[in-house]
Parts: sequence; C-alpha cells; structure tokens
Amino acid sequence: MVIDFQTSPDEYRHWRMEIIGEIANLIMDVDENGGLFNGYELKLNSYDLGVDIELYDAIQRLRFEYPSVRVVVLRSGKDRVFCAGANIKMLAASSHVHKVNFCKFTNETRNAMEDASRFSGQKYIAAVQGACAGGGYELALACDHIILTDDGSSSVSLPEIPLLGVLPGTGGLTRVTDKRKVRRDRADVLCTVEEGIKGKKAVDWGLVDQLAVNSRFEQCLTETVEQFKEMSDRPEELNSCRGIRLGALHREVQVDFLQYSSVTVDIHRESKLATISVAASDRDAPLDMEGMISEGDQYWGIRVARELDDAILHLRLNEPEIGIWQFRTQGDRKLAMAHDDFLSQHQQHWLVREILLNWARVLRRIDLTSRSLIALIEPDSCFIGTLAELAFASDRIFMADGEFEDQPGVEAGLTLGEANFGHYQMANGLSRLETRFLGEPEKLNVLRPLVGEVLNAERANELGLVTFTYDDIDWEDEIRIFIEERASFSPDAMTGMEAILRFGGPETMETKIFGRLTAWQNWIFQRPNAVGEEGALKRYGSGKKAVFDPHRT
Amino acid sequence: MMTEIENMQHKASTGIDYGVSIPNNVNLAGDKRILKALERWHGGYLDWWRNMGPEGFQDAMVYLRTAVGVERDGWAKFGFIKMPEYRWGVLLAPQVPDRVIGFGDHKGQPAWQEVPGEYRGMLRRLVVIQGDTEPASVEQQRFLGKTAPSLYDMRNLFQVNVEEARHLWAMVYLLQKYFGADGREESNELLTRRSGNQDKPRMLGAFNEEMPDWLSFFMFTYFTDRDGKMQLESLAQSGFDPLSRTCRFMLTEEAHHMFVGESGISRIIERTCQAMNQARIENPYDIEAVRALGVIDLPTMQKKANLHYSLSLDLFGSEISTNAANAYSAGIKGRFHEDRIEDDHQLLNDTYPTLRLIGGQPKIVDEPALTALNMRLRNDYVRDTSGGIGRWNKVVARNAVDFEFRLPHEAFNRNIGEFSRVRTNPDGMIIGEQAFAEQKDQWLPSSEDADYVTSLMKLQTEIGKFANWIAPPKSGINKMPGEFEYVKIQ
Repeated sequence: MVIDFQTSPDEYRHWRMEIIGEIANLIMDVDENGGLFNGYELKLNSYDLGVDIELYDAIQRLRFEYPSVRVVVLRSGKDRVFCAGANIKMLAASSHVHKVNFCKFTNETRNAMEDASRFSGQKYIAAVQGACAGGGYELALACDHIILTDDGSSSVSLPEIPLLGVLPGTGGLTRVTDKRKVRRDRADVLCTVEEGIKGKKAVDWGLVDQLAVNSRFEQCLTETVEQFKEMSDRPEELNSCRGIRLGALHREVQVDFLQYSSVTVDIHRESKLATISVAASDRDAPLDMEGMISEGDQYWGIRVARELDDAILHLRLNEPEIGIWQFRTQGDRKLAMAHDDFLSQHQQHWLVREILLNWARVLRRIDLTSRSLIALIEPDSCFIGTLAELAFASDRIFMADGEFEDQPGVEAGLTLGEANFGHYQMANGLSRLETRFLGEPEKLNVLRPLVGEVLNAERANELGLVTFTYDDIDWEDEIRIFIEERASFSPDAMTGMEAILRFGGPETMETKIFGRLTAWQNWIFQRPNAVGEEGALKRYGSGKKAVFDPHRT
Repeated sequence: MMTEIENMQHKASTGIDYGVSIPNNVNLAGDKRILKALERWHGGYLDWWRNMGPEGFQDAMVYLRTAVGVERDGWAKFGFIKMPEYRWGVLLAPQVPDRVIGFGDHKGQPAWQEVPGEYRGMLRRLVVIQGDTEPASVEQQRFLGKTAPSLYDMRNLFQVNVEEARHLWAMVYLLQKYFGADGREESNELLTRRSGNQDKPRMLGAFNEEMPDWLSFFMFTYFTDRDGKMQLESLAQSGFDPLSRTCRFMLTEEAHHMFVGESGISRIIERTCQAMNQARIENPYDIEAVRALGVIDLPTMQKKANLHYSLSLDLFGSEISTNAANAYSAGIKGRFHEDRIEDDHQLLNDTYPTLRLIGGQPKIVDEPALTALNMRLRNDYVRDTSGGIGRWNKVVARNAVDFEFRLPHEAFNRNIGEFSRVRTNPDGMIIGEQAFAEQKDQWLPSSEDADYVTSLMKLQTEIGKFANWIAPPKSGINKMPGEFEYVKIQ
C-alpha cells in the first residue's frame, strides 16, 4: 500500500478545524475504524500515521490559509479522553522501518507546531480534559501552554516504560527536561508511574501550566486564549487579510516515477537510487507582493516546496530500499536569482515569512532523512540560493568541471544567495554554511561578498563549497562508482554515520529529540526486552508478563 | 461506652477491638502509625457523611445491625443507633493459614501479606476504583429517605448506606496501611469526588447517574450492586491477602443489599398484580388503567430493568481487556469462584467464547482467555442476575397475570465495549440510529414514565404501613414484626 501524504479538511477523518477570527480550534476526534492499515482500532483518540498526516496538513493550512489566526486550541472531540497516544497495536504490528519513520514524521509535526509559535506567532494551547497519555501528553508538550482539567482523575502520563518497555518516541522526555525544565527526579517519577500525575501536583511539578475545574474550564480557556492572543506578534492588519489556499498538488505517481509540476523523481531500483530533480521558476519574479499573492499557491516558492516535501515523504515511507537520493536542479539561473532576491527583499511580509519558514522545514526534513544524499552540479544545473541549500544539505557535492561534450558553451556554476546566510536554519540552529564551516567561521565573511556571483568548479572547490570536481572524462564513472560503493555499505552504519556528521555544532532541543530518538529509542525498540517473543511491547495486551534480560549495558 | 475489662472480654469473644476509636480486627491498637492516620482521616469522613449521607435523618434512631464478628454466623448485632454514631470499622475475614496465590504467574507462591513493588500501581488503582463506588452510591441515594414507602424500607436503605460507607472504610484501610503517602492522598480524594458533580465526578459512569426514586434504588441494588458483588468475588481471590480478606467480609454485607433489591422489586410486582386482579385488569399493557390504581405497571418495570441492566453491564468494561489480563497474570484479580474452577489457573493458551461485533453482527468468537476475562465475569454476572428474574416471573405467574420479565440482549443500550458503536433493539438486532430513537421509549423509561413513578414517591412513616405501590415484606428484620418502628424519626 502506498501511503499518501496529501489530504485536505474535506477529507479529514480524524480532525476538525474551526476558525473563529483569531482563534482556531483543532479538534481531535479519531475515527476508530479509520486506521491506515487493518488489524487495529484507533480507540480513545489513539493515532497512527494517517491521523498525524491530517494534523500536519491542518498545521500547514493554519499558517498559509488563515493569517488571522493567533491562537490554536488543540482539544479532543471525545468525552473524558484527550489523546491516548500512538496506537500500540499498530506499533506492535509495524515493521521497524515504519515505526522509525512514523516517529520521525510525528516529531517533525510537533516541531512544526513549535515553529509556528516561535516564528509565526501562532500560539498553541492544549486544552486537556480526560486521559492524556504517552503520545497524547507529548502532543500537549509541543504546545505553548497546557490546561488540565482538575476533576480528580484526569492526569498527564508517559506510561511507555511501565507498560511497554520502550521510551516515549515523540520528544516527551526531552521536552519535559529541556522545554518545561522539570526537575530530573520528578521527571523520573513521571516516566515510571503508569497512571501519571494529576491535579495540583501536575502544576507544581511543571508538567502542565494551569488547572481548571470542568464547570469553569471553558471560561479559563477563553481567558488564557485572550492572553496568548496578546502575546502573538502577528500584525493587526492580518485580521482582515486573506490567506493563500493550498490546493491539491498536481502530480502523477507511478511505480518508478513521480511527476509534479516542477519536481520529478526517478527511481533506479537496481542501483537503490532516486534522482530528485527540481526546476527553478520559468517565470519572472513578481513585481510586488500583490503580484505574488495573485499567483496563490502556484507561486514557485510555495508550490515547489510543497512538491518537494511530498516527494521526500513518499520516498521515506514508501521506498525504504532506495538508499541514495541524488539532487539535480535545472532552470534559468537569472530567473532563479530574481525569485530568491524577491523573497529576501520582502521577508517582513507575513506570506514571505511563511514561505521561507516552510522551505526551512522542508530542508530540515531532508537533513533528517536517513538516506545518503548527494548533489550533482552539472552544466545545466541551477544551484542558486534556495536551491543551493539542497547541495549544502547533501553528504557529498559533485561538480562538473568545464564544458561537457553534449552541452557545448555551458559550464556548471554554483551561486550563493542571501538565502544561504541565515534564512534556512538547520535543527542545530545554524545555517548549512555555518555548519559546513564550523572549523573556519571566517569563511562566511569570505563568502558573503560573493553573493550573486557564478562560481565555477575550480572556484567552488577552492572555497570548500563542493566535495569533488570532475571533468567530462571522469564525471559519469566517478558518480557511478560512488553510488555503487555507497550502496554496498551497511545501511545501518550509513544512517548512523550520516546523522552524526550532518549535525556538527551545538545541540538544540530539536537535535536532542532526533538524536535520542534515533539512538536510544530506536535501540530499545530493537532489543529483545521490547520486541523479543517475551518482550514487553510484544506481550502488551496479551496479559502475559514480559520477561527481561537483566543485563545492563 | 464499654469499660476496659468489658472491652477486653468482648474482644476475646469476637476478635473485634471496640476499645479504640476505630473498631477493628486488625490490631490497630498495636499499629499506632496507621491508627493515627485513620484517626486523621476519620474527621474528614464524618464531615463527608454529615454532608453527603442520608439527608434529613442524621439524628434519627435507626434499627441497624453492626458487625460484632467476622465469621459467617453470628456477626450481626441489632440495635437502635444514630447513623453518624455507627461503629464503622476495619473488619477482615479471618486469615487462612498458609494461603497460596491461586492463579497467574505467581500461582502456588505464598499469598502476599505486603504489596509487591511491581504491582503497587495496579493494585492501588483497583482499590481506588472499588473504593470510589462505595461513597458514590451513598451520595446517589441520599435523598431517598424523604420518600421512603415505609419505615421498614427506610431502615433497609440506611443499612445499605452505612454498609457501603463501611466498605469505603475497608478500602481506605488498605490504602492507608499498604500504599504509603500516595494511599493517604487517594484516601482523601475518595472523600472529595462527588457523584454527579461535573467538576469532581465519581470515577465510573453508573455511579454518577441520578437516583430519583425507590424503583431506581431497588433496581440499582439488584443490578448494579451485583456488579459490585462480582468485582468483590474476583478480588476476594487476590494473591494480595489483605485485599482478599477484606473483600470476603464485604461480600457478606453485599448479599443483604441484593436481597433489598430483589425483594423490593418482588414486592412491587406483587402489589401491582394484586391491584390488577382486584380491579380485574387482564391486560398488563393497559398502562393507563394500571396506573389509575396508583401502582407501577409491569412494562415500566421491564423498561427500568432494561436500563439498569445495560448500565451495569457497562461496568464490566470492554470485552477484550489488557488491564484485566494483566491483573490476572499478576495474581491480583481472579475469576469468579476461581478456587472452584478446574483448569491450570494461568490461561496462557486457553481461549474463551466471546461475544463480539463481527461484520456488523453480534457473534461469538474464540478469543485468548486472558484478555477475555471481563467477558467471562460478565457472563457469570448474567447467570447470577437471571435467577432473580425467574423469581419475579414466579410472582407474576402466582398472580395469574400474563406477563414475563426478561433480560435484554447484552448488546442493547451499551456505552462501553464492542456494542457501544451500534444500536440494537432488546433482542440484540442491530437497528439504525433513527429506528432506535423512534422506539427508545418502548424499551427504556421515558420522561413520562419517570414522572409517573416520581408522583408515587410519598413518605410513609406510619408504623407498619406501606405505600400503595409496594406490598409489605413477608417478614421483618431480625424476626421483628411488620408493626415495628424501624426508624425513630426525631
């Protein structure tokens, strides 16, 4: 079954989105029988990837389609349950690959909520009435503020360890320690007590921000929403501003081929390789913001980022054996530069802000993908500014040196833009160039004046912007040999190595979340104590007690 | 007040120590720490009883029985007492020497006298949920005294109330004694939740329902207290010995509550049939004519039974339950009469025929026996419940009225488990939402039915007199005559 990441509010089965002026209610009401796969029921607002795909879609739409929204209230449409977290039967029945990618996507979605709050002034409030367990609490943790009903029984909990013998997989532990700064011994208690922490203790320990009894819950929520409305930095004029409606993507999906308007993916199964080609805009940059807005979701910066995002997610979830992605670009370099300049000039505008932030998220998704990434800078390529980030996100950058026989008169070029100097932060909080040159920070000062210049292979190599340069004679062979060699390595070792090498520099909450997910959680997820015949996750639901290997590593 | 010597003698003969503030047979006098903790809790408890116990009768002298021993025979002593002065206490069934755990992973090991660390959370939850139902029912029933159909019934109500409150004591003792600071916190919370309160509701749905009239009360004690019985029966099997012992003693009291329910409903049926015969009404469905006699028509009673039965089935939880399976494997909660079942008492590879919704229809399918324990307990409940229905039908038959009570299908009117997603008629046939809405009033009490029953609820305090809608009992309490002032209202 092919997992499709495209949806729209008319098609939601699990969420409702209500927009009331500056407030959006995002209501989780999971359809028990609406699981993505057979064999489990999504009881008690538990979720699978399908539920999260809708949440991700809603969050994206809130940013592009509803500029007036300052506060998003996340709540449950069900009685006495907020969210019971990821569906356990689904997890137990899933392949390791699916579990990891599911966790990765849900994490990216939680991060997108925090990103919306931090950079777009859309504040998230979790209104928790009823059980809020595991992934349910992690969803609340991704919000700016958690209100918990004080009914003597509703609690927040992370029961993964006592129940399942695994760790919370959506940043729960890291957000408890690093975001909410809960004392470590209290966090230890929280994570080992199945029924969680309720009432006053939950507030005293900093697990939630506010308590409200049921009869005053709506009133407290309204007051809190008002306070957060004031905290949002969204300009007043957005209240009357129309958003950009995100229509369905134009795409054609075949077995070895994906075609969007400006993105194509070719899958070469025998080489375990996917070629992702992105075309720069073939139109002039808009004259002004009016012009850009009139293009709606067809504006290049919006359209291509969405297409690329969809293609990445498709490859991640549906093509796990395709271990190498190579990025290519094409198009008119002048037009590409003009579009990038336009975005830089108007970055104060709310829509441009969203476009740049969305690109940043898409690029971060690429950084976080466990595939070998390479960029091919060829004579007809268009690695300029934003598109050059695809190269800087790659593990290896190959650049063609000099003219190629079949393309006389053109030479490969790489052009830096303003976009490469801070528009697109990686998870570590730095730009890709800053991360690339961690050991020689003065390099940024050398590169900055070169913005707009076409750098040929020799120059780019000299500046350290590419890995290797090859001329016409060697190009094809070198690339082929590299790909064959790469495909022969252990995929696990590649995943680990790439993840470590990509994120030099400082730790942030985001790098910690993904690093720990990849290392600790996924390690535990693989161990017999979790998934062996007598492991806790395997036995969950059977009534049979787990048998643990007592050796500590 | 007993003298020191009297008390010592009393204690020697009954095993219950009435010499300390809290009567007990667990040697509280030698356990000063827990005695102190319970004394502290006692104040809050009495406040709760005064605020939430029977409204308007706190000063009445009630002919109540108090436990004076924990053996099956001879534990009851009758006398007049004001309810707030009732000797609530901590009474456990006698310890069985060398008792071993009878089921689950720990089968054959000595029963635990202390809480095993790994099951602390699970045990505490079970004790808290059981404990929460006890005060909840007292709260639900607190206004019923004002419309009692007789002093006899009023006394039975109060007996049920003080015993439910004692069951709260029983659970609180376990929490205080074995669960440390968390247990103390939970003990206090048991006094702060309130039945039907939006802000601090009781934990289970059925215990937040209103109890507006005596028909509801009898139905509740018949159907819902019987769920309590089944839960206590399975906890009485527990490998945690103090829980087992306390539940065994609670069961002796619970039996009286179900007697109140079953006999109460029988007496209403008796009275209705008599009145119909006297008025020569043959058609039990001629509701208008029957109601004109000031008695409760049998179809309305069937509807009430349908409602209380289905609400009580919900209390068994989902048919397939991980929690039930875990509690069984852990040796904490067994099956009904576990010790009389002949199998391996571990159920690792057994299956159990379970009623499930398959392809939109109720079907019995084999499920792993461990996860189907709720289903099994519910089946035991259904069997236990059917007995009383048969006895009610005998009353109807003896009066030669053409009517038969029956239990609705288990899929009918459910809010929890497999069948909460569908609507069925009382025969278990799946019907649409609209069809259900249209016919609901034929199957479940309508607001007119409720209004009619409410209209009959008038206080009858004359000694030996009974409201028109209920027959007198065959015999009084403790061999007292019917003409006895069971409650002396001050």
